[in-house]
Amino acid sequence: MTYLVKPKLLRADAPRNALGYTRRDYEGAISTLCAGCGHDSISAAVVQACFDLDIEPHRVAKLSGIGCSSKTPDYFLGNSHGFNTTHGRMPSVLTGAALANRDLIYMGVSGDGDSASIGIGQFAHAMRRGVNMTYIVENNGVYGLTKGQFSATADKGSKSKRGVVNSDTPIDLAALALQLGASYVGRSFSGDKEQLIPLIKGALRHRGPAFIDVISPCVTFNNHAGSTKSYDYVREHNEAVNRLDFILPRDKIEASYPAGSLRRIVQHDGSILHLRKLDADYDPSDRVGAMNYLQERQALGEIVTGLLYVDSGAVDLHRHLNTVEKPLNQLGDAYLCPGSKALEALNAALR
Amino acid sequence: MSQVKPIESSNDFVIKFANVNGSGSASANELFARAIMRMGVPVAPRNIFPSNIQGMPTWYEMRVSAAGWLGRRGGCDLMVAMNPQTWDRDIAEIEPGGYLFYDSTKTLPRSRFRDDITVLGIPLTEMCNREYTDARQRQLFKNIMYVGALTALLGIDFAVVEKLIADQYRGKDKLIGANVNALKLGFDHATANLPCPIGLRVERSDGVGDKIFINGNDACGLGAVYGGATVAAWYPITPSTSVIEAFSSYCRKYRTDPDNGMARYAIVQAEDELASIGMVIGAAWNGSRAFTATSGPGISLMQEFFGLAYFAEVPAVIFDVQRGGPSTGMPTRTQQSDLISCAYASHGDTKHVMLFPEDPYECFTLGAQAFDIADRLQSPVFVLLDLDIGMNDRLCKPFDWDDSRRYDRGKVMTAEMLDSGKNFGRYLDVDGDGIPWRTIPGTHPTKGAFFSRGTTRNAYAKYSEAGTDYVYNMERLRHKLETAKKLVPAPVLTPAAQPSRFGVVYYGSTGPAMAEALELLDGRGIHVDAMRVRGFPFADEVIGFIEAHDEVFVVEQNESGQLRMLLLTEGDIDPKKLIRVLHYDGTPITARFISGRIADALSASKVTPIRKQVAS
Repeated sequence: MTYLVKPKLLRADAPRNALGYTRRDYEGAISTLCAGCGHDSISAAVVQACFDLDIEPHRVAKLSGIGCSSKTPDYFLGNSHGFNTTHGRMPSVLTGAALANRDLIYMGVSGDGDSASIGIGQFAHAMRRGVNMTYIVENNGVYGLTKGQFSATADKGSKSKRGVVNSDTPIDLAALALQLGASYVGRSFSGDKEQLIPLIKGALRHRGPAFIDVISPCVTFNNHAGSTKSYDYVREHNEAVNRLDFILPRDKIEASYPAGSLRRIVQHDGSILHLRKLDADYDPSDRVGAMNYLQERQALGEIVTGLLYVDSGAVDLHRHLNTVEKPLNQLGDAYLCPGSKALEALNAALR
Repeated sequence: MSQVKPIESSNDFVIKFANVNGSGSASANELFARAIMRMGVPVAPRNIFPSNIQGMPTWYEMRVSAAGWLGRRGGCDLMVAMNPQTWDRDIAEIEPGGYLFYDSTKTLPRSRFRDDITVLGIPLTEMCNREYTDARQRQLFKNIMYVGALTALLGIDFAVVEKLIADQYRGKDKLIGANVNALKLGFDHATANLPCPIGLRVERSDGVGDKIFINGNDACGLGAVYGGATVAAWYPITPSTSVIEAFSSYCRKYRTDPDNGMARYAIVQAEDELASIGMVIGAAWNGSRAFTATSGPGISLMQEFFGLAYFAEVPAVIFDVQRGGPSTGMPTRTQQSDLISCAYASHGDTKHVMLFPEDPYECFTLGAQAFDIADRLQSPVFVLLDLDIGMNDRLCKPFDWDDSRRYDRGKVMTAEMLDSGKNFGRYLDVDGDGIPWRTIPGTHPTKGAFFSRGTTRNAYAKYSEAGTDYVYNMERLRHKLETAKKLVPAPVLTPAAQPSRFGVVYYGSTGPAMAEALELLDGRGIHVDAMRVRGFPFADEVIGFIEAHDEVFVVEQNESGQLRMLLLTEGDIDPKKLIRVLHYDGTPITARFISGRIADALSASKVTPIRKQVAS
């Protein structure tokens, strides 16, 4: 959390988006994370994605749990309401918020301790329930705030800074999200903004639970030889299945690709996902295939990244509950209170 | 038959039905209770059921009281013994001179009966086997058959029960015919073979008036609808589950958009109690009125979130239908044992608002009011009822609602207010009542956004580790809870017939038994002023009442005297002054118990002042 107020200096020629906002309007307080922390790159990617998508900052609600990752919503979208909840319980608070107002964009930010250990239950059920949200896990395989304990996503055999070898089986949150019904699942690396930014954009414009597992090295406690979440290790073992270009309906498509190498997916709101295939056989609309692929590659020690799965026709919790279009938090007394006449009739039926 | 004279009583007795759970007896027993009410005679039924689905013993106790006493009386004048498993204890429970009704298909030895009671047997199984071939029908109609026999035995007008069945199954003529047939078989057999009517009789009266018959959980669900709740998140737990079931069914009825059939509400069955309260807090943070319903174990699980809501200042309404604790305790028995775990829920220094309804009428009114209080204070509000009120149908005042009433949404700063230049400090006490202003997410493009958190912050919601910021905030919260004293419902005072230096304080489901106990005591020349507490933090009147008396009995249904503890702490009262009257075996408290304990204590203190009080 921050003690510092960011100076408001702005270059006159700073680019503005369709709303007239500059990137600075999407920034938050100055980060207090360690210099070089992967999480700060993710915050920058969120800022860029929201700027590019012309999202009004105050139409975003950002929620998090507890931990280094969960501090980051303070460092982006300063004009959005944020809620730093309790450890591992962000998904339920976000679910409640989403129920109250279906019109806002919900961004959940969590970490591997927050989502894979203490909060794995809430993580799982929010995915199952189809909450319309972008859920980002900033995954560094380690507990930073308490100084270097393994988290549940740490790979078996990986070594801690103190030299302890992890013997527990890791939890793959992306694989879990796939199994649990998330309708947009991606994995990326905080050091690869070219891949990460379009993934976040696609997620923000997706309807349904969108999950992105972002490997985000901890420079202080998990960036040494023997770690499988270090910058070096992830760069060496990163196997991207595709590269994503996110295209708004109004954008002109300029890039041209060799025939057969491109997959075009139109989301519910008309936004387009252009997927440049890097692995010719990979089909991001096949949930079962994606799950198998992840397992196979993980066994080979590879970190599969890219847009792993998308169901562009997914529906969300509000559809399941058949709630009215107008946000529940804006329904006036007359829409909520049945009044005295109804009560008199009810009294009569109770005699 | 012995020399003991059979009990003779009109409109004032207790009938108890001993059944096997899952046998369909509950609806037949309820039908019988309603029949007596249709005769204009007040009835207070209570379901004593096991934590089980099928095969375990269950009882339905029905107090018939012309005077309108709705508390449990204790004892049993007529036992309807339909469960062989519990036969011996059921027979033993009958008052001398009382009556036993049983299924006489199988002959039982004389030794299984008592000779100081009147035995009334009908071969129900035999009659059913003759009449029906289907096993389930035999079971269900046996229940209706005994209702028919009891109708004759107690002198109830057959036409009243017949009409009740017709009302209940309106539109399903086949069911009406079959049920009335079974009813008549039982009625005719009893009329022909038994001494109808017996000494216990139901006579037409006008004691019911315009009262309604409903249980507290249903009333809470309705109160949440009227209170404007739009989000409910919950996890199934006895005895609170039916609060949500009721909310759901009233919402379908009253909150379905007439144009498109869409829901003006959202109900989510969460994965556990933690997620339930998390969703409630998320929804309320985002400006919806939201609630959950739970019981003791759920309250334990939700503790961390209560602290967050208290400290981040987010409204929440929690209906806690209390059951026997600790741990899993007695899931299907009643207690008032969650006061302490709600009053100071969560780690650190917290204090929470609690409301104590005494019956379904107050479950509705306080249930609706809880949402106004929660929004006004931006803090959790607990509505503490218990299984006795929650799960038993009870006669109560008809519900009423003032159509000119508007929801009090509390201090919510709008975009217009922000634009007009109002100073927005999320945790700033600008009005001197300890309550800050809040903004709802999405209000304004550039003003009023803030970051909510459970960590310390300054008055402008910025993270702070400064002791002065922390102290400012804690003192403001304490001041806010002082403000709460004026927002919770005022206590209800029942002065004694004569000035008294003795008082009694009680709350919640003890109400009906206490009203009767005060009359019993009055009849014995014992005068006690009574105060029913309806909210926490205590209104000044509560502490004033205690200060104005020499000795005050605190009557409650738990083992440690939890209200008494709160009174001692919050009111800074001399412990010697507050005398515990505790009932906690899981059954609802009775007037006999309360009046007996108070009379004993007062006579003991007069004769031998140093005698130790009998352990509760």
